Amino acid sequence: MNQTEAHYESARCLFCYDAPCVTACPTSIDIPLFIRQIHADHVAGAAKTIYESNPFGYACGKVCPTEVLCEGACVYNLQQVKPIEIGRLQSYATGAIIHQEQQLFILPPANGMKVAIIGAGPAGLSCACELRMRGFEVVVFEAKDKPSGLTIYGVAPYKITNEEVLDEMTYLEKQFGFQIRYNHRIETREQLAELEQAYEAIFIGIGLGETAPLQIPGEDLENYMGAVEFIEKLRMEHHAVMVPARVVVLGGGNTAMDAASECARMGAESVVLAYRRSPNEMGAYHFEYDLVKGAGVQSLFNAAPVAILGNNGRVTGVKFQKTALENEKLILIPDSDFVVEADWVIRATGQARRTSFLNLIPGLETDAKGRIVWNATTGQTGNPTYFAGGDAANGGKEVVNAAAEGRKAAQHIAQWLLSPS
Amino acid sequence: MADLSVNFAGIQSPNPFWLASAPPTNSGYQIMKAFDAGWGGAVWKTLGIPVVNVSSRYGAVNYRNSRMVGFNNIELISDRPLSDNLREIEEVKKRFPHHAVIASLMVGPREEWHQIVRDVENAGADGIELNFGCPHGMCERGMGSAVGQEPKVLKTIVEWVKEVSTVPVITKLTPNITDITQPARAAVAGGTDALSLINTIQSLVGVDIDRFVPYPIVDGKSTNGGYCGPAVKPIALNMTKNCAQDPGVKVPISGIGGIENWRDAVEFILLGAGTVQVCTAVMHFGFGIIREMVAGLSGYMDDKGFATIEDFRGKALDHVLTWENLNMKYKVVAEINEEKCIGCQLCYTACEDGAHQAIKLTPGSRVPHIVEENCVGCNLCSLVCPVESCITMERRDDGSEHLTWSERTMAGNVPLTFDDPLAGGLHHSVPSPTEALSTPVPRHYGLSQN
Repeated sequence: MNQTEAHYESARCLFCYDAPCVTACPTSIDIPLFIRQIHADHVAGAAKTIYESNPFGYACGKVCPTEVLCEGACVYNLQQVKPIEIGRLQSYATGAIIHQEQQLFILPPANGMKVAIIGAGPAGLSCACELRMRGFEVVVFEAKDKPSGLTIYGVAPYKITNEEVLDEMTYLEKQFGFQIRYNHRIETREQLAELEQAYEAIFIGIGLGETAPLQIPGEDLENYMGAVEFIEKLRMEHHAVMVPARVVVLGGGNTAMDAASECARMGAESVVLAYRRSPNEMGAYHFEYDLVKGAGVQSLFNAAPVAILGNNGRVTGVKFQKTALENEKLILIPDSDFVVEADWVIRATGQARRTSFLNLIPGLETDAKGRIVWNATTGQTGNPTYFAGGDAANGGKEVVNAAAEGRKAAQHIAQWLLSPS
Repeated sequence: MADLSVNFAGIQSPNPFWLASAPPTNSGYQIMKAFDAGWGGAVWKTLGIPVVNVSSRYGAVNYRNSRMVGFNNIELISDRPLSDNLREIEEVKKRFPHHAVIASLMVGPREEWHQIVRDVENAGADGIELNFGCPHGMCERGMGSAVGQEPKVLKTIVEWVKEVSTVPVITKLTPNITDITQPARAAVAGGTDALSLINTIQSLVGVDIDRFVPYPIVDGKSTNGGYCGPAVKPIALNMTKNCAQDPGVKVPISGIGGIENWRDAVEFILLGAGTVQVCTAVMHFGFGIIREMVAGLSGYMDDKGFATIEDFRGKALDHVLTWENLNMKYKVVAEINEEKCIGCQLCYTACEDGAHQAIKLTPGSRVPHIVEENCVGCNLCSLVCPVESCITMERRDDGSEHLTWSERTMAGNVPLTFDDPLAGGLHHSVPSPTEALSTPVPRHYGLSQN
């Protein structure tokens, strides 16, 4: 979006009272205000309005499912008029400021307290920014060598480039002055003990683990991979990824959609998206599924993978069994086996939980789904020193949810540390 | 098919659409092009004393997604040699004998007026327009609006022109005056055959807030200019009405000010204008806009059954009264069509913050509702509503009563003291001041609650 388009698009905003777009945004950005600021040529003011609520302002403008959030809530939809392009306006304003390296916030003097953050993803870094705004010293421990978590490692490449993600992260680091220790995985009780010793509070924003196995035969074959790992490889070594002729993607969530549509766009002749249940039960957003269909992906519903087939140690296909609902329970229909041949099989069937690590924290509990048990309002866990947010706590949501939770946790960390009751 | 032709104070024109005296009528080239495009007449860019122009010359007001809703200029009258202009007038008239060519004039002494009137008549001009309106540059030399602001001087100059003119004389008035009927009457007293109004309004169109200089900028400095464009239309309509209703005027009026489509033209005609003049819209979009204007006016007249412009000229004048003659028993209130409402709540906040707190939010719904007893029928909500026909103003009185302020005054039934129970607002519900701080507001609104 250039300045002219931003001017005309921002002119369309009605400046709704108690605007539905704000309510729909997990970070509650004052959207009508920042759009009005863009229109009044106060781009720095617009960026500040955005960053005050969401440090991932640029990234969210690009990767948010705006169709089901702010733009989906725009009142223009009720009039069959195109909603305001809030996401693009948001990235326009923040992008301009990132490139000008404009300092928007003046940090308060240090309050002498230190908070450790485990994981430099959207939750962790949003928490870091908010804590820095409140005078805390912040050190972020990151297992990988880049910041932003799934924003750079897990979002389909067509949504945002690595450069864009990293530019915003660099901007945030300069703006808020938190430290990130890269390649610094926290995984032992000893390490945790050190953190507990050195920091007044600890925020856990570790996200989820690798794609979980399906526990079916053939999962050790070559060319059988997890979707999260596939996307990460695409994002980090795009040039080195060569998609074969036939790909089967297992799953019905947004990650499955990303994997399938990337394979189709990268030249696979046939991409089959296979889901155990019916189309209506898919977790993916409608618009994501529409994108997949538009990319030429074929869909297979009510088909459960029962074995990964192979030859000479390599994937040759997937054996499926048809499924049906019986008393609201998914059952496999006997003798309904069939095979779909494939050179690659990508499973996008959910990420593993990091319960073994989380179990190292005394007092912190996880629920049946492996999520951290927390107070969703304050972010505090069963161990009061530990706060949490993002996928590790919510089970896997959007970048914007993680950003909102990280920021909210920071506010309550501050409250808890500065005025313990 | 409606007949769009007009006879304006004796000047024949195939339609009422004329180009105003301005940059689009700077040359015979432009005017021939305009006539070929369909314009009915043109008032030549003012001929007169020699001038020199500056660079730059124009500034604009852009509003939201519209450019040039207001426009101003610091250009002077024609800076081309008089002989060139006269030769081109002749050429245009030869090629377009049935179109109206009016020469706008601005000179100083009586002899100069006499000479230039003879010159343009010899060139074939169908009429003369006296530029008593220009509010920048020329007025400082005792011409333009300096004349329009002095009814006595204006009358004298009209008389000088009428001493020698044989073609109709139109006097163009400046709006930079408190009561437009004063110069209008002076012009009529001086013998003018018609009036045209408004000329531009003295203005500063905006300020460059980085360089601390208003627009347009001439080597780091600026000067007041003349304001025009769509933004000035309401002022022009009112002044047209004032002249058209004035018993001391009663000469044809050529309406000018922000006209850019057929609807604007119809509005001026309904308020008494016999022709309309256009400049800014042509400077913005070119002569081609005439296609829409002619088609629209013609369609309107056919729809309404008007055969000629005279059939509806001035038709709205009887419906413009002074305030004290409006019916105080007429009562409308707002109604929100819930089916059409998109829930922007602009009506709520407009009424709440800008009017009478007669719209309230509905718990669990985005559709607000009207508190009828608080509604004064001001129209604000229906004006801010972005959905066509969603908020309508519905009549509540039965039409049987009619009472005006003048009637009430005559009957001695008007409030006389500051706290008189007869005063209008006495029974209106007004929240107590502190309720402002205790009423919940949404996130991001209100410093005391967030």
